[in-house]
Amino acid sequence: MSVLVYIEHAEGAVKKSSLEAVSYGKALADKIGAGDVIVVALGTIETSELVKTGSAGASKVIHVKDDKLTAGVIQAHADAVAQVYHQIGAHTLVLAKSSLGDAVAARLSIKLGAGLVSNVVALPDTSAGYKVKRSIYTGKAFADTEVTTAHKILAVKKNAVDLKVDGADAVVENLTLSIADINFVTKIISTDKATGEILLPEADIVVSGGRGLKGPENWGMLEDLAKELGAATGCSKPVSDIGWRPHHEHVGQTGVKVAPTLYVAVGISGAIQHLAGVNSSKYIVVINKDPEAPFFKAADYGIVGDAFEVIPKLTEAIKAIK
Amino acid sequence: MKILVCITHVPDTTSKIQFTDKNTKFDKNGVQFIIGPYDDYALARAVELKEQLGATLTVLNVGEAETEPTLRKALAIGADDAIRVNSFPKDSFFVAKQIAAIAKENNYDLILMGRESIDFNGGMVHGMVGELLDMPSISPVMKLEIEGETVKMAREIEGGKEYLEAHLPLIAGCQEPIAEWKIPNMRGIMSARTKPLNVVEPYGDSTFTSVHEFQLPPAKGAVKLVDKDHVEELVKLLKNDAKIL
Repeated sequence: MSVLVYIEHAEGAVKKSSLEAVSYGKALADKIGAGDVIVVALGTIETSELVKTGSAGASKVIHVKDDKLTAGVIQAHADAVAQVYHQIGAHTLVLAKSSLGDAVAARLSIKLGAGLVSNVVALPDTSAGYKVKRSIYTGKAFADTEVTTAHKILAVKKNAVDLKVDGADAVVENLTLSIADINFVTKIISTDKATGEILLPEADIVVSGGRGLKGPENWGMLEDLAKELGAATGCSKPVSDIGWRPHHEHVGQTGVKVAPTLYVAVGISGAIQHLAGVNSSKYIVVINKDPEAPFFKAADYGIVGDAFEVIPKLTEAIKAIK
Repeated sequence: MKILVCITHVPDTTSKIQFTDKNTKFDKNGVQFIIGPYDDYALARAVELKEQLGATLTVLNVGEAETEPTLRKALAIGADDAIRVNSFPKDSFFVAKQIAAIAKENNYDLILMGRESIDFNGGMVHGMVGELLDMPSISPVMKLEIEGETVKMAREIEGGKEYLEAHLPLIAGCQEPIAEWKIPNMRGIMSARTKPLNVVEPYGDSTFTSVHEFQLPPAKGAVKLVDKDHVEELVKLLKNDAKIL
């Protein structure tokens, strides 16, 4: 009886969202008396990086080093995780919600006969049955969901639990698996990915711009502010639709849903579809020259003013307190 | 070539979300229902592929009779026929089982749907169907081209894109900018009335999960405005009140 956490890594490091999932797994194991948290890592990554999952709450990491698994081939990852899950006799799989995690978890739900709950925002209530609170209607509501299967998969949303940082190093064990070729029929030809940047879905602070910025050439000042805050940059749908910014920066109902500690919206009016992508943020700051912009109703703090005046001043003010 | 597009029947994105019956049911009062926006992208791409490759296009929904206008709209956009599995969509597993059962009977080459429904946002049905049918399932797909038996796709990943190749048959969960949404024209709307809409009874009733109660997030307090000439006040609030900086 143990909790298995499927983690992802990028650019040689375990993703922060995955470390949060490890902390969720640890809190869950403590709550239900499930014992140790075991992590499964697939593909090439340094052992010294995997050891660090211990600080987030893992006791042991099972590392399937096979380089064919470094790229996230969905079926192959699902097959590998299922094999590890059975080998350790796990009863619950925890993972961070992500582009790859969602796709892998869905296949695992069938493979393991395990009820899958996505967008999990809190630990399960096990006082009667097994109820998990998840975010629905794109953050506009929550549903208490009963999982009726013995095996369970929880895909955890950002900020569901606090990231634990005080655990001891994890023990890393290597494991070789045989994964049938049929799981590799989908070939990843190439990836086109920003490197060295803070990824939008993972960021603790997000600075987004809208049409109020008037053109892509004005993104520099937003990037300066983001840099000062250690933030990722995002944008509204019209901005990505007209090609000022790439689609993976579009925050909203049909784009990326973010859940940062702080969301700063500059020159975005706050259409309901945009709000749907940011309503899980802890704090929202809105900067807009239109005092009637609907976004102010959803904001914690606001400045009514011209972005071109306010943003450079704000960047300076943040610099000043450092 | 046979294409299946699975659509959801969901509240319009501008709907006010409310619940009734002691927070156990969604309040449909005054809510307009639409084809799920992601499903609408999948449908639009399927119509383009149909025109390009001469495919037949079936649209499927798991839902009660109230979803038929949504299926008719999909027919008006360009699907040839529709199937409604006559049941409330109990959970993702239940819906995936229905789709898989219908796909097994009809041998579709390509099954498209949205990356997720906008009501429950699970984003898991395509993967479940893929596993049930032993087919590749790729999501979220933002570009999909078919060249012979090869399917070339771009999948959105955190911070960028991944380019993939696979073979038919396969399942894809779609999102923008795979195609532009199509608005039905008058001819489409007229012809949709007479296109077949077949109602079938559900295959089994097994589920993995059930929802007990809904909740709304706590109401937001009033915004604290800071003068534009004193932005340092905002920095102080973020530092001292919100304890962020």
